[in-house]
Formats: sequence, structure tokens, C-alpha cells
Amino acid sequence: MSDTSHYPVWERDPVLTVEHLTMRFGGLVAVNDLSFNVGRGEITALIGPNGAGKTTVFNCVTGFYKPTEGRIVMRHGKAGKADDIAALTRGGRQSATSADGALFLLERMTDFRISHHAKVARTFQNIRLFGGMTTLENLLVAQHNRLMVASGFTIGGIFNLPGYRRAREAAMEKAIGWLRQVNLLHRADDPAADLPYGDQRRLEIARAMCTDPHLLCLDEPAAGLNPRESAELNDLLHYIRRECGTSILLIEHDMGVVMEISDHIVVLDYGVKISDGTAFEVRNDPSVIAAYLGVEDTEVEQVEAVLEAEVQA
Amino acid sequence: MEYFLQQLINGLTLGSIYGLIAIGYTMVYGIIGMINFAHGDIFMVGSFIAMMMIVALGLTASAGLAFLLLALVLVLIVAMVFASVWGWTVERLAYRPLRGSFRLAPLITAIGMSIVLQNFVQVTQGARVKPLPPIVTGGFTLVTGVNGHNAVQISTMQIVIIVTTFLLMTGFSLLISKTRLGRSQRACEQDSKMAALLGVNVDRTISLTFVMGAALAAVAGLMFLLYYGVIDFYIGFLAGVKAFTAAVLGGIGSLPGAMLGGLLIGLIETFWSGYFSVEYKDVAAFSILVIVLIFMPSGLLGRPEVEKV
Repeated sequence: MSDTSHYPVWERDPVLTVEHLTMRFGGLVAVNDLSFNVGRGEITALIGPNGAGKTTVFNCVTGFYKPTEGRIVMRHGKAGKADDIAALTRGGRQSATSADGALFLLERMTDFRISHHAKVARTFQNIRLFGGMTTLENLLVAQHNRLMVASGFTIGGIFNLPGYRRAREAAMEKAIGWLRQVNLLHRADDPAADLPYGDQRRLEIARAMCTDPHLLCLDEPAAGLNPRESAELNDLLHYIRRECGTSILLIEHDMGVVMEISDHIVVLDYGVKISDGTAFEVRNDPSVIAAYLGVEDTEVEQVEAVLEAEVQA
Repeated sequence: MEYFLQQLINGLTLGSIYGLIAIGYTMVYGIIGMINFAHGDIFMVGSFIAMMMIVALGLTASAGLAFLLLALVLVLIVAMVFASVWGWTVERLAYRPLRGSFRLAPLITAIGMSIVLQNFVQVTQGARVKPLPPIVTGGFTLVTGVNGHNAVQISTMQIVIIVTTFLLMTGFSLLISKTRLGRSQRACEQDSKMAALLGVNVDRTISLTFVMGAALAAVAGLMFLLYYGVIDFYIGFLAGVKAFTAAVLGGIGSLPGAMLGGLLIGLIETFWSGYFSVEYKDVAAFSILVIVLIFMPSGLLGRPEVEKV
């Protein structure tokens, strides 16, 4: 057995492994033979110019699209030896549970199972809160499954058995804890649609966290935020990684956010991975600079600013 | 004045029945954005099952009121269970396989289910009307008129209908607003994809919505049977159209709207028949609907659709 301790976390202990992912829409290849890992307990950023295929990757991971080719493995606990994954892939099942943990092949799973069993949560570029429900209710919906099990599939709930009552109180406590964390406790009973934009973003992340995810996928969480709100978002993501141990995969255009919080950055361009490494490695990678400078005029300033900051530092 | 009171009581009774059916329309519309055209026929099936149970149990008016009420609760539960199974089946056969296909397809299959149910009952039960002698009899005289004129009476059956409806609607509102199930229903209603991503089993939630609507329709079926004493395989059509009208009038997708709409349609019909002519009561009800929709397109309690630009 070779010593792997000097390898980065995403190679030693990945929570998510994407292998040879390809997604075609008719003749258009949105993602082409993409492979990368998300390290357990790390913040991984997926960046790239507009139209690079980042959101397509998210849609494949969260079951919105069925990939044309490729395998997406989600690991809970220590499970995930190569043999086990190969056996599961051959077996045609969606998941395998062992003493070490559990394995899930996300490309075989759809809608609620992704969240319920594989414990992957996501947010969207455009906010998708339940606008007509209160802030608190939004967080309670996310705890639906735990409550359903506790209520013995409604029967215990009807008779209000002690077990269900305890679960309900725990759910309420958790929701309130998250409201406090995102500074929205005073708006608990307001409709979610009435909150300001930045608050809605944070609430959406809190709601995703209420599903107890092992992996949290955030699609442009900083889009449309002002600098102060961006800073609050950074704090929230740091808190999530520190206190909850949840691994985070995010798409982001705001390089300030990306460079500050990411442990690991994967760069896509035209559906192909062009760079993969730490923030330091990626921003010195000539192909990344070329992709940004050569393709998108609007990104020029950003890359220059990043490079300049690098020189000064 | 006495005449007005009497019509009010009659109207509330009829409106309660419409309201119970309307809830099924409005809930299904809320969650999948489609009208369940087979819902009226679920109501009809519920009322036939109730009749079979009553005949099988040999219930007549001669039994004591307490025993009778107990037996009717049993009849009600059986009718609700069977109707729920039918509601579930309709969703399973006519809606779920077509989810994601083009929008009008489920409407056609739902109309198909409606025809199937009507013909099934017609073939198995016969096309003739089925009479049932009154079971719940008696009542109270609220105002004693002169020589039997201008008396205001409320029958035991009317009390049973109004009270049951009131209890069910209260319970139902609580279920939707306070419980886990209600929360997941409202979540699916607003954004079913997002609800699924949060771990809510959308298919099961939709099935439960159909089941709950069907159970309430069965309650209405039993009430209708006991109140009018005559049913046939075709009652689902008109009652369904009226209840649908009630749901639209109140604002389709809104639960209190369905209840309010049901009561209003019941009252309009009764007052029109009482003061003008029985023949044109349906015209009156539908005309009011048209007028309300012209001035309030989203119904009385419906949320207006605001499109953000």
C-alpha cells in the first residue's frame, strides 16, 4: 500500500466522484468526458466562462438530467473501495450499504431519492423558495422525511404520539437554529417572498442544510449580492464547513468569493476540464487565464485584478 | 322573513354538499394545475357505495337515532375508503403515466375515466334511479307559523349535513395549514421540482391529494343520498359541474375559496328557486359565475397571478 497522505483531500477521501461525464443535447456536447472529485469536508468551486457547462454538471449530479455517459458516485462514510463501486455498477442497483457507509450512483437516481437517500442538496441560480409559505415553514418542509419516519407514516402524527411530538420539536428547534444562524429569526412568520434578495439567498442555503446533506451544491450563491452580503455568505459557507462538516460544491463567477473560500477549484471551458487544483495552482494556470482572457471580454478585468492581487501579495 | 330564513337553511345545506365536492377540485388543481374531470363521478360512486351499505345493513328510520348515527358513521367510513381507492386509481391510471406529456393529455384521460365510471355503474347497478326511503327523519321547528304558513323548520338531516361539513372543513384547514402532510402539499403546489429536491416524494403527495379529495366527495355522496333519497349513475355530472363552478367562483386552488364558493352556489340556487323560478336556477348560478369572473378573473379568494418582468 503506497503512502497517500501527501495527496490532496479530494483524491484521498472524495465524497463525490464524477467520472467521464458526458452530456449531449442532440448535436450539442454540453459536457465532454469530465472527471473530478469533491473532497470530504472541503469547499470545491466549479468555475468557467458562461456556457461552459457548469450548471449542466449540477443538473446531472442532482438528477435533473440523465447523463449521456459517465458515472457519478456519492459516498457516505468510509465506503467506496474501487471493487465495491465496480460491483455496484455491474449490479444495476442504485445504491449499496455496507458497515463502512453507503455508496450511491447518482446517475441512476431521480428526484426525491437524491435528497432523501443520497443526501445531496442544491440551490438554483434563480431563487426557488416557496414564496407563499413562511420562512419557518420553508425550513420545516425540508425536514419532511425525518418527520414522516418519526410519525410512522402519518399514523403516529394523527394520534400525536410522544415519539412524533419529540421529532416535531426537534425539527422546530433545528429550523429556529438555522434562522438564527442566517439572522432571519425575527422574520420567521413572514412569507418567504417578502424577504430582501440577500436574505432569500441565505434562507435558501439554510433550507438546503435542513435536509442534512452530505453534499451541498450551490449554483451561483453570490449572484446579485452586494459586497456586504457576499461577506455574510462567505461566513455562512465557512460556518457550514466548520460546524456541520458538509462538503460544498459551488458554481460561482465572483472570483473574490471563489478564491477566498475554495479549497479546490475545477475549471471548465466548452464542457471540458481545463484545470483542477488549489486556488493558487488554478489562477497561475496559463490555460485558465487564456480561457478567461481569450473568450470573455467581461472577465478580463476580473482576471487581471486577481493576478494583480497575486503579484502584490 | 320566515320564508327567507327557510331558504337560507336549505341553501346552506345544498352549499355544504357542493363545498365538499369543490374541495377535491380545488386541491387537485392546486397541486397539478389540472381539473380532475372524474371527480364528480367519484362522488357518484361514493354515494352508490353508501347506498349499498345502507341496504346491506338494513337501516331504516325505525331504528333509534343514536344507533342510526353510529351505523351511518360506519357507512361513511366504508364509502370513504372505497372512494379513496377509486380516487387513487384514477390518479394512477389517468394522470401519473401522462405526467410530463403534453398538457391536455391528462384532461382527455380524465374525461375517459369519468365515462368509464359512469358506464361501469350503469352496467352493474342499472340505469334506473335508485330511491331510498328517508332514514334520518324528524327535525325542529324554529318559528311556528300561523296555521302552518310561514313556519321555519330545520330537519335533523340538515343539521347533520351542516355540522359534518363544518367539522370536516375545519379539520381539513388545520391539516393543510399545520401538519407535515399539508406543508408538503403546499410545497408541491408552489414548486414540485424544488420540493422533490428537498426530499418530498411528489408522486405520493399527489396521490394523497386525490385520495383526500375522493374521501370528501364520498362524504358528500352519502349526504346527497340521505338528503334527496334518489340517486342514479348520472348525478356525478351536474353535481360535479356545480362544484367545479363553486371552486372557480371561490378562486380555484384556494381551499377557503372552494368552501365559500360552494356555499354561495348553494345559496344562489336555492334563493333563485325560492323567489323566482326553479327552472332557471342553474342559469342563475352560472350567470353569477360569469359575472364574478369578468370582474374578478381569479375568483373571490384566489390569488391574482402577478407576472414579474
